[in-house]
Amino acid sequence: MELVRRIGLGLAAPALAFVIAAVLSTVLLVSTGADAGKFWDTMLTAPEDRNLVNIINGAAVLYLSGIAAAIGFRMGLFNIGVEGQYRIGSFAAAVVAGEAWLPGKANTLLAILAAMAAGALWAGIAGLLRVTRGVSEVIATIMLNAVAGLLVGYLVKKVGVSTGVSTNTKPIPEDGWVGGFQIFSGVTAEVRGLALLAPIAGIAFYILVNRTTFGFNLRATGQNQSAAVASGVDVKRMVVISMLLSGLVAGLIGMPTLFGDAHNYGSSFQIGLGFTGIAVALLGRNNPVGIAFAALIFAFLDDRSGLLNILAGISPEIIAVTQGLIVLAVVIAYEIVRRYRVNLEQAAVARQIVESTHEEARA
Amino acid sequence: MTLAPPIPLAAPPPAEEARRERLLRGLLWFVGAFVLVSLVRVVTGAIDVDSSGALRGSLVAAVPIALAGLGGLWSERAGVVNIGLEGMLVMGALGAGYFGYHYGVVVGVLGGILLGLLGGAVHALATVVFGVDHIVSGVAINIIAPGLAAFLAKALFSDIPGGGPTQSPPPGHPPTLTIGPVADWAAELEAKHWFVISDLSAMLGALVRELSSLTIVALLLIVATAWVLWRTSLGLRLRSVGESPSAAESLGVNVYRYKIIAVLVSGSLAGLGGAYLAMVSSQGYQNGMVNGIGYIGLAAMIFGNWRPAGMLVGAALFGYTRTLQLRGGTDSLHALLLVIAVLLVVVALRQLLTGQRRRAIVTTVFGAAFLAWFLTTDSVDAAFTGMAPFLATLFVLAFASQKLRMPAADGQIYRKGSAG
Repeated sequence: MELVRRIGLGLAAPALAFVIAAVLSTVLLVSTGADAGKFWDTMLTAPEDRNLVNIINGAAVLYLSGIAAAIGFRMGLFNIGVEGQYRIGSFAAAVVAGEAWLPGKANTLLAILAAMAAGALWAGIAGLLRVTRGVSEVIATIMLNAVAGLLVGYLVKKVGVSTGVSTNTKPIPEDGWVGGFQIFSGVTAEVRGLALLAPIAGIAFYILVNRTTFGFNLRATGQNQSAAVASGVDVKRMVVISMLLSGLVAGLIGMPTLFGDAHNYGSSFQIGLGFTGIAVALLGRNNPVGIAFAALIFAFLDDRSGLLNILAGISPEIIAVTQGLIVLAVVIAYEIVRRYRVNLEQAAVARQIVESTHEEARA
Repeated sequence: MTLAPPIPLAAPPPAEEARRERLLRGLLWFVGAFVLVSLVRVVTGAIDVDSSGALRGSLVAAVPIALAGLGGLWSERAGVVNIGLEGMLVMGALGAGYFGYHYGVVVGVLGGILLGLLGGAVHALATVVFGVDHIVSGVAINIIAPGLAAFLAKALFSDIPGGGPTQSPPPGHPPTLTIGPVADWAAELEAKHWFVISDLSAMLGALVRELSSLTIVALLLIVATAWVLWRTSLGLRLRSVGESPSAAESLGVNVYRYKIIAVLVSGSLAGLGGAYLAMVSSQGYQNGMVNGIGYIGLAAMIFGNWRPAGMLVGAALFGYTRTLQLRGGTDSLHALLLVIAVLLVVVALRQLLTGQRRRAIVTTVFGAAFLAWFLTTDSVDAAFTGMAPFLATLFVLAFASQKLRMPAADGQIYRKGSAG
């Protein structure tokens, strides 16, 4: 009975959030005169194989972004800077890959390491500012995001090659590409090879957080910093290391696209993934499995947004609204459920106290 | 029965004295920087560094930053961090575009404020009532607002002449103020390129030609904020909620109410900033037009130590660098390097005189670096001026953090009854 109630309460919040987001999105559609029926038709049709491949590719990228944000969240650090770290990392990898210093795939590996290092360094700035100067990591990463965008834009202009339409980094030679693989026969769309980075990062995240001393300290610091300090955790060191790890994963976000599809970095590289990652981490409650579900849901919504325009004549921007609403609703719902649970526990404790005092009186 | 000794009226209370001293010091810095810029203009010949055109542009660029910063100030003074300002600016710009086109300028401005207020209401509901983390709510608002604005823009503006799926038709401009004779006289003096005098007249010229009424409103709002927050009982209570909510509650202040008021005002000000963007800075709403101004406003507020006057200085500086960047004046940007180098040397001297030797060395190194940059290059890429607001804020946070004092309970979640 207790277990049922627990699971029920755990699922109540996300369920409530999806209902709220669905209702509000429908209201918005109806009020602007769009066809809500067609909207739901499109949203509720099962994706075809081709779309499934799309969704897996999208989810892999969002999952990396979500894991990057979650590493900070687990210890109570707000790394808003995933976006900036993602751009810096992608750029660094594109440059290294384009220069082809090493032969073939060895260079690809070098480029991926460069992306991780660059992302970690960029995040490390915020970590260092936090521990040496007491600068809030939220403010620092917001500022660093803006600087990263401008810096990368400038550097692309500086080292890039112009194609006439746009300026991009040097194209990656073909032997450095990482091909995809088919998961459905008869569908030409492929899952990108480096999408496999996502499950690797997820497993590493799980082991790190749940199976190592570092992870234990990380969670302890996140839940109660003073208690962690009292038990000998070096919080400053933890802050810097978790920012570095967060940035390291953030550097990977661009890799599947860079080596599987774009083959260079330029203005057409997708932006905003870092912010969506924060939303995905929140929806998934910073848990590796939860984030996977959240990433799949967001990727599914992204995939539908393309179809909405074609099938229902509804502008795809509605999906961004729905995604944002889901996140806002889910955090509010978690809070409501948490308060409800606390009340239940308090009531239970009160009941026990009353009963035990009655027994004492009888005895 | 004894009477309390009469309070001497002649000497102002210490707080007043400190305020006056701060004002005087600010003025001195301003005059010094002004003369310096003038000198640099004469030496380098970079006329656009403080032409009336550049200054007018700076004012137009600074106002939305200042309004966003002012919104941040209200909210954070009550202890609620508001990084949703960016999204609220977007909503404000959309509201001004829609209502301005259909119902005229005044309703347009009010519509912008209303949509900003709605954004503030969402933030207040999430953070104050439900106790959601302030940053989480802000991030969600910044995801929702641009999507919502883009969706609504397509629905509302696609079929209107002059509009399009990504932009509103021109909503009209608020009336502007031009004092003809003074403006002509100022332009005449400016054209002579005299040391200091031409710079002064450029500044005058920027103020008396095509000064938007909304700019005046914004400046008045900053003054009004300083008055309300620091001189009225409402302001005292509001700030007490941001400093120590439990103490405030034990004195009978309704913490939730003041926090909600603050966040609603914050949203409205950001909405007005968005309206300004759509009606004064440009010809209507456009997707992506806000482009980080909310974050720059936040930076201006931190740069200004959570105070209106400091915030205004930050907004003016950041508006100025943004304008130089937009005007593409690589000459003026280059000349600015010299200004920064000299300013840093002055700061270093001051640090040396007050016995902060190590800091003085660091500052001198930075000053030398800027001087070297000035001497070894002919132009500065616009990207670097774009970074200036963010880097300046990071530097202030990193090197002047002892002097910064944010509200003590800023960003903390408070639950009613925590006072016990």
